[in-house]
Amino acid sequence: MSTTAAVSTPQPASRPFWRRLIGFNLFTAVLLGVGGYYLGWFIGHQIKGSSFHFQEETSENDVALLLAYVFGVVGFLIGLGFANYPVSRLLGRPASLREKEEQGWGRYFGLCTDHKVVGIQYLCGIGLFFFIGGLNAMLIRTELLHSTPTVVGPNQYLSLVGMHGTMMMGMMTSGILGPFANYFVPIMIGARRMAFPRIEALTFWLLMAAGFILTSTIFFGGFPTGWTGYEPLNDQAVMGMDSYIMFFALVGISMCLLGLNMIATIITLRAPGLTWSRLPIFVWSVFATAILMVLAAPMLVATLSMAALDRTINTSFFISGGGGSSYLFENLFWFFGHPEVYILALPGFGIVLELLPVFTRKPLWGYRLAISGMLGVTLLSFFVWQHHLFVSGINADLRPFYMLSTEIISIPTGFIFLCVMGTLWKGRISFTVPMLFCLAWTFNFLIGGLSGVFLSDAPADTSLHGSFFTMAHFHYTIMGGLIFAFFAAIYYWVPKMVGLQFNEKLAKWHFWLMFIAFNSTFMPLFAVGMEGQPRRVSEYSPNLHGLNTWVSISAFVLGFSMLIFLYNTVYSLVFVRRRAEQNPWRSKSIEWQIPHPVPVNNFEQIPVFDADPYDYGVPLPVGGTQTASAGA
Amino acid sequence: MSSNPSAAQPSPIGDERNHARRFATIWIVSSIVAVPLVILLLGPILPPGNGSEQSSGQVTDNTVLLAMATPVLLLIVLYLFYAIVNFRQPKGAALEGPAVRGDVRIQTWWIVVTSALVLSLAVYGTVRLVADNGAGSGSGPNPLTVPSGPKLPVQVIAQQWAFTYRYPTYGGVETPHLWLPNDENIELHVTSLDVIHSFWAIQLGVKADANPQVDNVAFVKPTGVKTFEIRCAELCGIWHGEMFDTGHVVERPEFERWIHEQQVKFAPATKNLPPYSTTYQPEPVRRGG
Amino acid sequence: MSIFARKLLGTILAVAALGVLIGLYVADWATSFPKSMPARTLPGNSQGADLTLETVAAVGSKYSPSHPSWVSYLIRSNGQWVHNTDYTVPANSVVHVTIYQFDTPTGLRNPFLSQVQGTEGGTATIDGKTVNAVEPEEASHTFAVPELGVFVPLPGVPEESKHLCEEAPCELNMDHRTISFSFRTGKKGRFRWQCFVPCGAGWYFGNGGPMQTFGYMDGFINVV
Repeated sequence: MSTTAAVSTPQPASRPFWRRLIGFNLFTAVLLGVGGYYLGWFIGHQIKGSSFHFQEETSENDVALLLAYVFGVVGFLIGLGFANYPVSRLLGRPASLREKEEQGWGRYFGLCTDHKVVGIQYLCGIGLFFFIGGLNAMLIRTELLHSTPTVVGPNQYLSLVGMHGTMMMGMMTSGILGPFANYFVPIMIGARRMAFPRIEALTFWLLMAAGFILTSTIFFGGFPTGWTGYEPLNDQAVMGMDSYIMFFALVGISMCLLGLNMIATIITLRAPGLTWSRLPIFVWSVFATAILMVLAAPMLVATLSMAALDRTINTSFFISGGGGSSYLFENLFWFFGHPEVYILALPGFGIVLELLPVFTRKPLWGYRLAISGMLGVTLLSFFVWQHHLFVSGINADLRPFYMLSTEIISIPTGFIFLCVMGTLWKGRISFTVPMLFCLAWTFNFLIGGLSGVFLSDAPADTSLHGSFFTMAHFHYTIMGGLIFAFFAAIYYWVPKMVGLQFNEKLAKWHFWLMFIAFNSTFMPLFAVGMEGQPRRVSEYSPNLHGLNTWVSISAFVLGFSMLIFLYNTVYSLVFVRRRAEQNPWRSKSIEWQIPHPVPVNNFEQIPVFDADPYDYGVPLPVGGTQTASAGA
Repeated sequence: MSSNPSAAQPSPIGDERNHARRFATIWIVSSIVAVPLVILLLGPILPPGNGSEQSSGQVTDNTVLLAMATPVLLLIVLYLFYAIVNFRQPKGAALEGPAVRGDVRIQTWWIVVTSALVLSLAVYGTVRLVADNGAGSGSGPNPLTVPSGPKLPVQVIAQQWAFTYRYPTYGGVETPHLWLPNDENIELHVTSLDVIHSFWAIQLGVKADANPQVDNVAFVKPTGVKTFEIRCAELCGIWHGEMFDTGHVVERPEFERWIHEQQVKFAPATKNLPPYSTTYQPEPVRRGG
Repeated sequence: MSIFARKLLGTILAVAALGVLIGLYVADWATSFPKSMPARTLPGNSQGADLTLETVAAVGSKYSPSHPSWVSYLIRSNGQWVHNTDYTVPANSVVHVTIYQFDTPTGLRNPFLSQVQGTEGGTATIDGKTVNAVEPEEASHTFAVPELGVFVPLPGVPEESKHLCEEAPCELNMDHRTISFSFRTGKKGRFRWQCFVPCGAGWYFGNGGPMQTFGYMDGFINVV
């Protein structure tokens, strides 16, 4: 991670540290953020009117908190320097097109338009909030060691459950696109940068502001609705609910812009010769995910805006007492919510299919089939959302339709499994740590997918909805799927990003402990759900105590495996610092053909592509036993 | 390190047909063994049990789903093991695999088989849903199918944070516990007075969300279970987990005796109750003051 | 170690320390359970306990700096009113409850709960008169332990009264209603109790705020 500017300009680091703090950077951003917060709070308290009288009765001012958050985020972004470009243009001054791309260490802590820096910022930022979400999970499982509320107060328990789910869902939607797509998509398509570098940086800082806002909910009483934020409980909640609303609003905006950027980049900035049929499968998965992000995220922002209006100026969008409907929220939320879970799943598909050829030394089997699978999932994910509402009293005639559409979406998902199997067939598998995670992904996502078939069946769903079976299903697909793919990507690509190797023994310990503990934690939860434990409860039937204890202990081991990963990171990347080879995995993908450190502009010359990156393997003799239809 | 693309080498791993045949045999044999085991051994003990007609239907449904999922599970899991054992990179070597990019026949078969599997599940699920009169799920105010013959209407009122039950055909008496007559069709009307709750009678296989101002109808016919657990299945606030109860199923004479006892016991409360209605909008309508 | 590695290590340690501090803070916040207040055991060897509570319209900044205007229960302990809703009572005994009710009526959302249920004799004594139900609109709060089947509506002080208690602690010289009843406890366990009257002013359906925050209108009965 050195900088090429070290020899060119006089070092700005010669100025004293305190002088360097003046300017548009993180320090200024925090100052302006705090200032904006208090400004918004003050303005909120000046607003009075007949629609707000109940704010006085409750002695809570949601308007003030929401305004405080909004002004705080705006101040934060201005402090980082995001307003500089638009303001310069408005004033007719020449605007800078690049920010901080040469300035060494400090560029990781501010607005930097280098996509590689943004990728690493994402990795660290998402990592931090992932661990906070994980800590919440450990506290939840500690409470579930007891069948009555014992360790954690009832309000705090619901807030923990809500914070865990919300933090994970909000952060991990950008979990692969943020770090890895931002870093590698421009390189993989032979471009020098993303289409909108400044927006790319904006998506990262919006996410960081959002994460901070969510953790601040504990100062305002937490929120009792879980990550789905159902009305009318949403309306009833204390001020901490506004933190949730603000978090998802910012995450929604961040997701939408991230997706937009990816689509624009992939469509317009591909190097000569890189036709769509030569695009790496990872880039295809990013493209499909980005389409979902752009279309689904605005729905979330709109829905939560309505919820905020209900909470502040006494509208009744979702309140049946005032003419609205609680169903409206459920439908609007899940219209976003279902594509959201495919936003989580698709990048996992892309990572696994991208890595398998490297470690089986064979081309990707069924390239076109995989793409149709991903695009099929993208399209169909908008047609299935009411399977979350099977027992809620929706029009009963609709249920067969949604059963059908949900069953159908498993067809394109199945294509991915066929491609995995085909790529493994007669390959030369080397069991590196990324490969282990990919194989584990296959197993986990299979279990997750099959349990989804149970949930998609309305009669079976009657008993399974809202129980721990559902919990086990989505943890298998999201954690067993996405998070395992996330770690595969980390172990695969971080040596390229930082030029250093991980310790392989520690990495294998991490993998095995995580895989075994993960299955030990979530497999019994299928049974726990079928035996009748609902979600989000801290009191359950005493006969389920044994199973819950087993699950909690496994969860602690799972948490411990994450600590092994953290230890490996610090040990390998800070202390040992063994240099990685340029292409340790002998991959044929273009990002491994360029040296580390990757130059700021990625390539000396824009490359010209003449094939896809899957040129592995021994070609079969002509007229051999199996037809090899090129690119099929 | 690099392979020699020009030489047409016979695949050192083994003949194409051997692997395919070996794996297919392993898979088919294990499926033939596993599926009957699943149906015969696991089927009878699957939740939610046989407490009602609807829950028995769900057990059958779960058994069918599990039986159909078993070969799929075995296919992928056994394949993974097979690949891990047989398709390895020898230690220290850097060999390449065959450069095969796809096979139209296999892909077509896969699409056809998975589509057939999945569509048949959708059809079966619909059949099950209709045949069991909603399979115990909340079907809204206009259920798809209604059981014929007499039905006992029972209203489940969900509020923050307890369930109460009203019997419209018994003077609209409201009781804090749910007793049902055995072997009779019950028409549950689930509604809420405030936020979204969900009435889950676990051993009866009934789950119906309680929405404010909505009448969510579920049908159930208890078949012999004596007591069943009731829990709230939709997060409704601080005591969501504590919103549970035990319901009873008794024979009709015993039920009559109980309901008359309740009518006497709760006469003072019944006097104060509003007339029976499928939904209620009690004060405060919007915000308390 | 190079300067760069030292900077990196420093950053990582700082972030880790920050993370640990945040973690400890969150864990501390999550597990902050109030200490349970024991009911006063009766003298002699009678199996029983006395629980004296009051319900007030506003708990006041002395007891709750963050929510001074919220309605709340308080318990009498050692001659003082204490702001706590976690009570310990003995198992297999009779608990005698006396509640001094200082708040004005709001009305029950579900009039079914206007009947006294689960107490000894199915009645409660309100200002000396034994009744088995109240008028639903008169109810100001309830004391209910659903798992033990106890539901007792607490009638309110009329709005026009001269000496309404504005803020806790409320003393007996102010206008109030006195409700007393007894209920039996069985085996050990931890049971929640709550109010069923939508007394959270300004909240949706009156069920937010104090109605949904532990320590105001909700609590635990620990049967030991």
